[in-house]
Amino acid sequence: MRPLSRPPFWVLVAALVVLAVFPQFVERYYAQLATKVLVMAIFALSLDLLVGYTRLVSLGHAAFYGLAGYTLAILQRDLGLVSLWTTLPLTVGFTALVALVLGALAIRTSGIYFIMVTLAIAQMLYYFANDTKWLGGSDGMFLDVKPTAEFFGLKLFDLKNRVTFYYFALAALAASFLLARMVLASLFGRVIDAIRCNEPRTRALGYATWRYKLAMFAIAGALAGLAGYVGAAQDGIVNPAFLSWHQSGQALVIVILGGMGTLYGPVVGAFALIALEDVAAGLTEHWLLFIGVFVIAVVLFLPRGIASLPLGGLVRRPRKRGGGAAPLPERPVPEAGDD
Amino acid sequence: MDVSSFLVQGLNSVQYGFLLFLVASGLTLIFGILGVINLAHGSFFMIGAYLAHWLQLKTGNLFLAIALGLPLSFLVGLAVERLAIRFLYARDHLYQVLLTYGLILIFNELQRIFWGNDVHGVPIPSVLDASVPLNETQSYPVYRFFISLACIGVAAAMYFVIHRTKLGMLIRAGAANREMVGLLGFRVNRLYALVFALGAALTAFAGMLSAPVNSVYPGMGEHILIISFVVVVIGGLGSIQGAFVGAMLIGFVDTFGKVFVPEAASLSVYAFMAAVLLWRPQGLFGARPA
Amino acid sequence: MTDALLETRGLAKQFGGLAAVNDVSLAFAAGEVHAVIGPNGAGKTTLLNLLSGEMRPSAGSVWFKGRAITGLPPDRVARLGIGRSFQRTNVFTELTCFENCWIAAQSRRASSLRFFRPAAAHAEIGVAADRALDLCGLRARRDHAAAAMSHGERRQLEIAMILATEPELLLFDEPLARMGYRESQEVIALLRRIAEKHTIVLIEHDMDAVFSIADRITVLVNGAVLETGTVAAIQKSAAVQAAYLGAEEQP
Repeated sequence: MRPLSRPPFWVLVAALVVLAVFPQFVERYYAQLATKVLVMAIFALSLDLLVGYTRLVSLGHAAFYGLAGYTLAILQRDLGLVSLWTTLPLTVGFTALVALVLGALAIRTSGIYFIMVTLAIAQMLYYFANDTKWLGGSDGMFLDVKPTAEFFGLKLFDLKNRVTFYYFALAALAASFLLARMVLASLFGRVIDAIRCNEPRTRALGYATWRYKLAMFAIAGALAGLAGYVGAAQDGIVNPAFLSWHQSGQALVIVILGGMGTLYGPVVGAFALIALEDVAAGLTEHWLLFIGVFVIAVVLFLPRGIASLPLGGLVRRPRKRGGGAAPLPERPVPEAGDD
Repeated sequence: MDVSSFLVQGLNSVQYGFLLFLVASGLTLIFGILGVINLAHGSFFMIGAYLAHWLQLKTGNLFLAIALGLPLSFLVGLAVERLAIRFLYARDHLYQVLLTYGLILIFNELQRIFWGNDVHGVPIPSVLDASVPLNETQSYPVYRFFISLACIGVAAAMYFVIHRTKLGMLIRAGAANREMVGLLGFRVNRLYALVFALGAALTAFAGMLSAPVNSVYPGMGEHILIISFVVVVIGGLGSIQGAFVGAMLIGFVDTFGKVFVPEAASLSVYAFMAAVLLWRPQGLFGARPA
Repeated sequence: MTDALLETRGLAKQFGGLAAVNDVSLAFAAGEVHAVIGPNGAGKTTLLNLLSGEMRPSAGSVWFKGRAITGLPPDRVARLGIGRSFQRTNVFTELTCFENCWIAAQSRRASSLRFFRPAAAHAEIGVAADRALDLCGLRARRDHAAAAMSHGERRQLEIAMILATEPELLLFDEPLARMGYRESQEVIALLRRIAEKHTIVLIEHDMDAVFSIADRITVLVNGAVLETGTVAAIQKSAAVQAAYLGAEEQP
């Protein structure tokens, strides 16, 4: 079977080790920043499943990120649930369900319509959150406590500790990575590959491609929900900005920057972009200007992302054909019709 | 509600629809002919509004401001096309989305650098600052009539150019078959630059017109961008007809949605879009998907 | 004819005022190779589209194994056991030959919404894919990307993909188009091998190929059946000669 474009095993292990010991050696600020990076990495990984692996460009993925945050806040405030073991599955499950419903509408469209529809859907949720008093309006909602992790009364770990929370986020990222790998290697993943390469041909083979696209949309939504859960738990606050299309746009930039169509690309991209933003914000209040220029530069000069750089050759097992993050081909010129 | 209130809201909805039409037709033209999805389209709306504000301050006259602002917006559009957009032709939509997203970030920050974070107003020119009485109690601002009339004028001019001039024919031909037009000796690149700049100017004009009634504030481009996306999705990409019908429908749904269902006012537009998509995923006038 | 594998009754397709296919009633017997020939524009591809579900007929019906399949979408028709090749070779260029055949073979499963087991664990799909590749002589190219193959090899891959779905009936639309002599011979030999265990309906312009592999031939002119018969009968038919010589120059 086609090996997923991934670094040789030792590189993954090394990366994991580095990530695992990292917070022991740095100041609290960096551990917190790193947690934010991990959250964005999960979010971007989920988006890559859609964009890189299924060719579904969603500009509204933040809808699920924010939805999860609000769900957690409501579970805490209105249902009094604080345990990790209840709030996490409920949040991710609910987000997946909403993704299934909204996806059923969005998948009816394709190409450019899909891009616009996903944007509009996210905006709809944004305005809903912004205008609804019950959801805190433009101020959003506070999360009074971090999720608790108890087992028969025994406290397993305390998420109020920043370092512990970092490991929690790292575990979530690892779980997302493994889940994505599993899904992509399955029979379902084979169909997704085919859809990405040539959807009409896949339909001609008898596959109801909309079902697979929808399933992937729901899976990606669920993982985005996981990211939103961890993100909201970290910040202790959720507000309409979680749902904004800038959140979606940033994730898209991360996916391309890191290398679309790989699973480790978004992780690398998240580190790169957030590090860049952190540095730029420290230099000038108009740092978004530089980010804008940076984004344009990436599109023009590094469309295949960091994964395609020469040192990427170090970490990428050379593949028999083409190479992992393939650049998107030029749009095909429609051929003249036949008999 | 009584007849005159209904009339007022109806006029508002038509006026809003016309403005949306200007913006959406620029978007759909650029997509239909250049094949580019331009997220920064709303930024031109914002540029128009800020130009109107700034030039009005300098000259004291909104008409003069618009007269000066239009060619300026056209030039900005040209510059953007030459410096950024032209790298996007025939590239996948994903990269178009990303690059124009970068443009939005740049424009937003440039606006903040030049004009700061405050909200600005633009005064209605005194000659138009009056109201037309509709009945004993209700009257309607003349300026809003002016907006609608100006939009109708522009729409008519657009129709004339596209269907009755050589340029329009080139535009339509370029939309159908870019390579062929190039092979025939026309400079497609110049044509594309022109179309893009025209689309930008159209949108900027809408921004200038609406500045006195909607005020001028940071990030104003994003809202209109997304609404115009909704219009284009409903109307069908690449169709000016669709942009018109879509714009009028959205103008109606949004205006009356705010009146009848104020709690869900912002949602009504999206709910309407969802309904249209459930029925026709390619939009009312769009080409049937493969 | 109740023992026909595939049958059409009064099949017609209108495009505006033009009748591309007009009152076509044909029966394709199980195990035979049936060629559909005719001048350009005779409606052959349209007929094939009607059989495979790409197009819905304006009138008439299509029957497969005694069941009406008129108007069924192409994926349903494919599931029922009818495989189809297109004039334009359409394979998954980014994937290897093996992967191309794999995804074709996998389509036979009732559902591919399986997320947990690795695909490779489903060995039987790989076996079907390899079997198809062997039949088509593509074993050596198994792990090469389709993009790297010549036109003729891609045509063979296309055929391998159809075989990987283990259909009963295969519809071929000009399988020899744009092929040189040697490639054509290979494909003709391949078609003969396939015909041993499958039913084939084939549109083709290459008369030598048609006469060498077909059992029966239908001549279509202006969307209607001019004549159906054995190879010998068609070769001798005056009406057929007139149709061809009248419509275009034939070597």
